[in-house]
Amino acid sequence: MSTSTLTATTRPTTQRSSHVGWLILSLLTAITMAALMGAALLYAKPALNLAGDEQMAQRIFYIHIGSVIGCFVAFLMSLIGSIVYLNKRNLDWDRVAQASVEIGIVLGMSTTLAGSIWSKPTWNTYWTWDPRLTTTTITLLIYIAYLLFRNGIDNRYTRARFSSIYALFAFLSVPLTYYSARWFRSIHPIVFNGANPDAQGSFNIGETMSQTLWVATIGYCLLFSTLLIFRWRQLRLQDRIDALREEME
Amino acid sequence: MSVSLPASSPVEATAELGVVQPLATSPVIMHTGSGFGRYWRKVWLIMAKDLRIELRAKEILVVMIAFSALAVIIFGLAFDLRVPRATMVVPGVLWGILLFSGILGLNRSFSAEQDHQTLLALLLAPIDRTALYLGKFLANLLFMLLMAVVLLPMLLFIFDVNLFRFWILAAILLGSIGYVAVGTLFAALTASIRARESMMPILLLPVMAPVFMAGIKVAEQVLDGRDWTDFQNWLGMLVAFDLIFLTAAFLLFDLIWEEM
Amino acid sequence: MPPLIRIDNVHKRYAAKPILRGVTLAVAEGEVVALLGANGAGKSTLLRIIAGLMKPDRGEIVLGGVPVQKASVELRRYIGFVSHAPLLYEHLSGLENLTFFASLYDLQNSAARIEAVLQAVDLWRRRHDLVRTYSRGMQQRLAIARAIVHDPPVLLLDEPDTGLDQQSAQMLQSLLHQLSDKRRAILFSTHNLDRALTWSNSVAMLMRGTITYHAPTENVDRHALSQLESQTESAVGVEG
Repeated sequence: MSTSTLTATTRPTTQRSSHVGWLILSLLTAITMAALMGAALLYAKPALNLAGDEQMAQRIFYIHIGSVIGCFVAFLMSLIGSIVYLNKRNLDWDRVAQASVEIGIVLGMSTTLAGSIWSKPTWNTYWTWDPRLTTTTITLLIYIAYLLFRNGIDNRYTRARFSSIYALFAFLSVPLTYYSARWFRSIHPIVFNGANPDAQGSFNIGETMSQTLWVATIGYCLLFSTLLIFRWRQLRLQDRIDALREEME
Repeated sequence: MSVSLPASSPVEATAELGVVQPLATSPVIMHTGSGFGRYWRKVWLIMAKDLRIELRAKEILVVMIAFSALAVIIFGLAFDLRVPRATMVVPGVLWGILLFSGILGLNRSFSAEQDHQTLLALLLAPIDRTALYLGKFLANLLFMLLMAVVLLPMLLFIFDVNLFRFWILAAILLGSIGYVAVGTLFAALTASIRARESMMPILLLPVMAPVFMAGIKVAEQVLDGRDWTDFQNWLGMLVAFDLIFLTAAFLLFDLIWEEM
Repeated sequence: MPPLIRIDNVHKRYAAKPILRGVTLAVAEGEVVALLGANGAGKSTLLRIIAGLMKPDRGEIVLGGVPVQKASVELRRYIGFVSHAPLLYEHLSGLENLTFFASLYDLQNSAARIEAVLQAVDLWRRRHDLVRTYSRGMQQRLAIARAIVHDPPVLLLDEPDTGLDQQSAQMLQSLLHQLSDKRRAILFSTHNLDRALTWSNSVAMLMRGTITYHAPTENVDRHALSQLESQTESAVGVEG
């Protein structure tokens, strides 16, 4: 009896050290993101060719770019997770795939939101059929479908297998969608308030700006990793609980 | 190589009424081994079986055509008198209807098999799973093209736009190939889950975005009177889509059936 | 003489629940084995694993000396499977169904064989009628016809007697008797003790994930067997 209470209160050392590892990672992420906020709002020099509201709004650019990089990394990770799962059949990789998709969707939405907040003062519109925006939106729909699909399958292994297959198709379609969206408007460029929303950028990238962009990239990748590990652990525990519940019935 | 399995030994039937007759001595000669010709013969068999069932049940094609007719009328009403020239909207209407009524056909592709468990019989048979995929793919493609053939005159009738132009038809063919390639696989994926009929379009339509965009652009530019060199990039996109996704579906189809 | 069907320490979990926990059974040529067990005991699962529709988590199935897992698609030629669902195309006629499946199995003189098989299940006269017009008993008979049209040495039947009328059940019994050839092994599951005893020449019971009883039918202690069965049913009753 006493031995069982002993094992119940002590955690195995491997668990403890991975916990510590994750805490360090979270701290690093928090620090980097805070640094990013500071850099984006204060450190980066304002865009010289813009003025007033537009100039202020331009600063969202760093969040916008950071999010989209994080989003891409997330979906890439979901592809890797799916492929490895289909090869090795280790459910941990399926959890990685699912967690990556979830985080990717959140980051994708924040990309769209940031872009939308930026475009209103700049181009006086919330939405354009800008190829990158179009691609992001369609990609988001695809991955939301991934989560809905998973939700509809009860058997754990079938769920992992089927959604991995779908994830491969999903990722394959993204580059095709991107190029299609890019060509879709190229013959008739729409001009809004004198600025072309299809343009790559309407200002020069200064040194403080590119440094801030680097901070953004690193920050969002760290954010993704932290969230991934956290969510992956959650999914693992969830599976354990489901399994125990089944056994009890 | 042919192997002749031993004939069943005839056993005297009992004299009771309604009891089984003896299994006569008819030797079974079964060719074993597979080969290129054998493979395609089975693909053909599966396709023919689906076509014959459709001829009798009339579940798929009739529904697709009825839906397209309704859709044409609805869109005709929607744009009537508001759109200066019908050629502005017809490409979009064409491809929108193709995508949505295609779903109806694809849904049935595996759902009937699932419901009557005939899928199990197919999985037990000595055929490659990919032959099953190709057989279904070809049958679905035929239904899709037949529906398109009925849709085009309807669009001509309501919108007064002639879509019977070579490159538009080519785009419809290429687009349908890609659509049915992915759709057949997704139909297999969703056949066994609940709410399968609503899940299919959610999975399929976003992935079809490149085909949708390409189809519309080709139709627009043909109607605008442009030369094919102007939209050859879109044709390339359709071909690339078809190749990539047919290959992917072909390779991954096997994985679906591991547990039945 | 090695057994035609050898099931070796097969384990299978479904979702998280272990269903088969080390099933070992050998079925020799000429044996007709009745597999008994309560609902949910895993009989269907076991039969599907033998047929190659599912993979066991552990253990292996060897048919005629060939391990199923390593076997190619060709091994399926030697297996016949009858489920309690008919697995038939209802919009095709009986003859069309059999012709289709015979072609899938690459049978050569299929017309003669199909006729023989249809006569044997007494459906020859109804061969041009669509399967949706058949009664349940007739559909099951056609399903059996389909399973034996390619004359497989391994015949698996998953509760084939469910929902059958008396006449069809008798036909099935007679068929099984005919088919219990020296060159064939038959394994059928049922939870009807009487049928198990009259149709088989060997009885096995699947209980709590393993084979807890296996004996030739003539040696079966009926009383002990029904006691065992009621034990499992009360144990399994909670799970449903």
